[in-house]
Amino acid sequence: MKLQSEHFRENLPAFLNNRQLRQNLAHATRTVLARRQALVAEIPDWEARRRAAYRKKKALLEDWDRQLAVFAEQAGRRGVQVYRAEDAAQAVALAVEIARRHNVRQVIKSKSMLTEEIGLNEGLAAQGVEVTETDLGEWILQLAGEAPAHLTAPAIHKSTEQIAELFSRKLGRPCPADPQELTRIARDHLRRKFLQAQMGISGANFAIVEEGAIAIVENEANARLTVSLPPVHVAFIGMERLLARRQDLALFLPLLTISSTAQKLTSFVSYLTGPAAADALDGPRHVYFILVDNGRRRMGRDARLRQALYCIRCGACYNACPVYQTIGGQAYGWVYQGPIGAVITPELVGLERAQQLPFASSLCGACSQICPVHIPLHELLLYQRHRIVAAGLTPHPERLAMRLFGWMFQRWDRYSKAFAWLHRLPWQRLAGSWSRTRRLPMLARRAFRQRAHSLFPRNRPQ
Amino acid sequence: MSKNNATCLSAASASKQVQLFVPCYVDQFFPEVAEATVRVLEVAGWTVFFPREQTCCGQPAFNSGYWREAHRVARTWLAAFRPDLPVVAPSGSCVSMVRHFYRELPWRRAELRRWQDLKPQVYELSQFLVSACGLRQWQGKLPLRVAFHDACHALRELGIREEPRLLLSGIQGLELVEPAEPEVCCGFGGTFSVKFPELSTAMAERKARALVDSAAQAVVSTDMSCLMQIGGFLQKQGYPIRAWHLAQVLAAAVDPSFRRGFARNERQETAPGPA
Repeated sequence: MKLQSEHFRENLPAFLNNRQLRQNLAHATRTVLARRQALVAEIPDWEARRRAAYRKKKALLEDWDRQLAVFAEQAGRRGVQVYRAEDAAQAVALAVEIARRHNVRQVIKSKSMLTEEIGLNEGLAAQGVEVTETDLGEWILQLAGEAPAHLTAPAIHKSTEQIAELFSRKLGRPCPADPQELTRIARDHLRRKFLQAQMGISGANFAIVEEGAIAIVENEANARLTVSLPPVHVAFIGMERLLARRQDLALFLPLLTISSTAQKLTSFVSYLTGPAAADALDGPRHVYFILVDNGRRRMGRDARLRQALYCIRCGACYNACPVYQTIGGQAYGWVYQGPIGAVITPELVGLERAQQLPFASSLCGACSQICPVHIPLHELLLYQRHRIVAAGLTPHPERLAMRLFGWMFQRWDRYSKAFAWLHRLPWQRLAGSWSRTRRLPMLARRAFRQRAHSLFPRNRPQ
Repeated sequence: MSKNNATCLSAASASKQVQLFVPCYVDQFFPEVAEATVRVLEVAGWTVFFPREQTCCGQPAFNSGYWREAHRVARTWLAAFRPDLPVVAPSGSCVSMVRHFYRELPWRRAELRRWQDLKPQVYELSQFLVSACGLRQWQGKLPLRVAFHDACHALRELGIREEPRLLLSGIQGLELVEPAEPEVCCGFGGTFSVKFPELSTAMAERKARALVDSAAQAVVSTDMSCLMQIGGFLQKQGYPIRAWHLAQVLAAAVDPSFRRGFARNERQETAPGPA
């Protein structure tokens, strides 16, 4: 996926001025948040579960190297071929190599943000391999030639009418604006692709260390078909996806499904333990796990940013974020969006290219409040701002202004004098960007501290 | 009323003395809010002191990522207040800065100790009156239909939700309405509102719509920063909804000299909405 986050500000008006987009987003996020809230209300120990999940992830990543080694060893024992990819290029090269090894011309793919992150589809297409997205939302976007706008609901920004129009245009026949009918059309189209493909590609929601297995969570059965129909399966696994034990799923699965799609459990959870036995009727004969780093381990070395690796990619922070609700995911200009995206994108693509994102937040804390694994997201946004400043990436006038602030506000007499002087400036004109849409308050003729003399004649505690 | 509130504060405050922490922008732009805060505390039976060495908590620099500059200002804050008397501010955001985010700053050991002593003594106004003093209701009279706006930092970082509503519900003639999505941010966010003015305004617009739909005559909050954003937007767009700080409403309910501006509200009720 093409990185656009350095153009965040320039791209913003296109999203802000798109009334239809804002309506779609407001409707979709409000609906899912209300349903989620209703489910959470049924779980008295929800808060305790969030904290338990945080603790489990923390413990696991403190022992990361060993856990990764055990996972790889256990998977290998079941006949999975496990690879590690340091970066995106290596991960794509591995996929290309596996496709070549098995003479693959057509690939079906279930939803995976990691493969978006590493640009897998483009990499395979460049080698003449046809990739078909089989998640309905992802397929819609593949038809539209767009990037996903959400972690779990990639086409959240599109209305049914817009999707019907897209199908009609791309498939060359009129398609009605009826969700059921549109789904049927997609199913007919995709079923053929499922039967033709020589290789399936998936992500992994959870990688279970003790068994070397992966769990894939979905509602459309497309992931189930992706892992079971083609003879070859490749799963891309972010190195941080680990859970220690299968029984941890009892904690993490509902945290994920309630937070993402407001379901107690999704329709399907597939558990892939390795290649099918020789006498099995179906299932892949060759299974590959590719553990992708791509900046994760560097992020993990910073004790604070490591918390962002606890993320289970539910997208609840997107839904709860008033900025996301206003501009949608594509505005962020990369795969990961919303609050968690603004925290991790600078780590994955470089501080410099994503430096605007941590500032595009009102720091309201709705993200931290909703995160099912208790990541203090808005505090991490603050931390990223600090890192961006420390790296010297902010504009010179701003640095100067802040230095002046520090000096001026360090002493009350300086502060008083400075404000007396500020009175003489055309204050209203200085804040043009503010006052275009909002009335700016006037500096008071006499500050409170000047009135305090008369209010408190003897202003000292006894 | 003052008989209710000597309960759960430390022994040092038996003298009923309190230090007033006035956020810098309240000091300079909204001195009337600080005055109202003084009045409210006095009515509640407290003697108020204003340590004049205070300037700002440092949040503007901190939230912009300039932690070194924030620390310079935070040291001034720390030196200005005594750890043996409660500190009260008409702001949830500045209190949260002191209570929570000061931990990020590179304090020397003695400063750190001072902060740890001070931290539990720093309160937002409604939190002080209700949670610390045990006040259950405010008194007085003010005929006004108000919507309470939850300021994000007060709500999420200090856990203030019931306190201001409880106080408001005691005022005779005051009707409290709940607008839609009271917990959604107004879009101020400090420098965010300047760095991304259109985005920030779009968020204010949504807030304004909910307020208009609620038929409130005024929007009330614990923080002037949110009210600057919401009120500034409402006013520029010509909506007849006024923005009042909680302290102003509480003061106006008990003291007629604080009712200036509230009468205008009644007149504006019949004024036309935006074109």
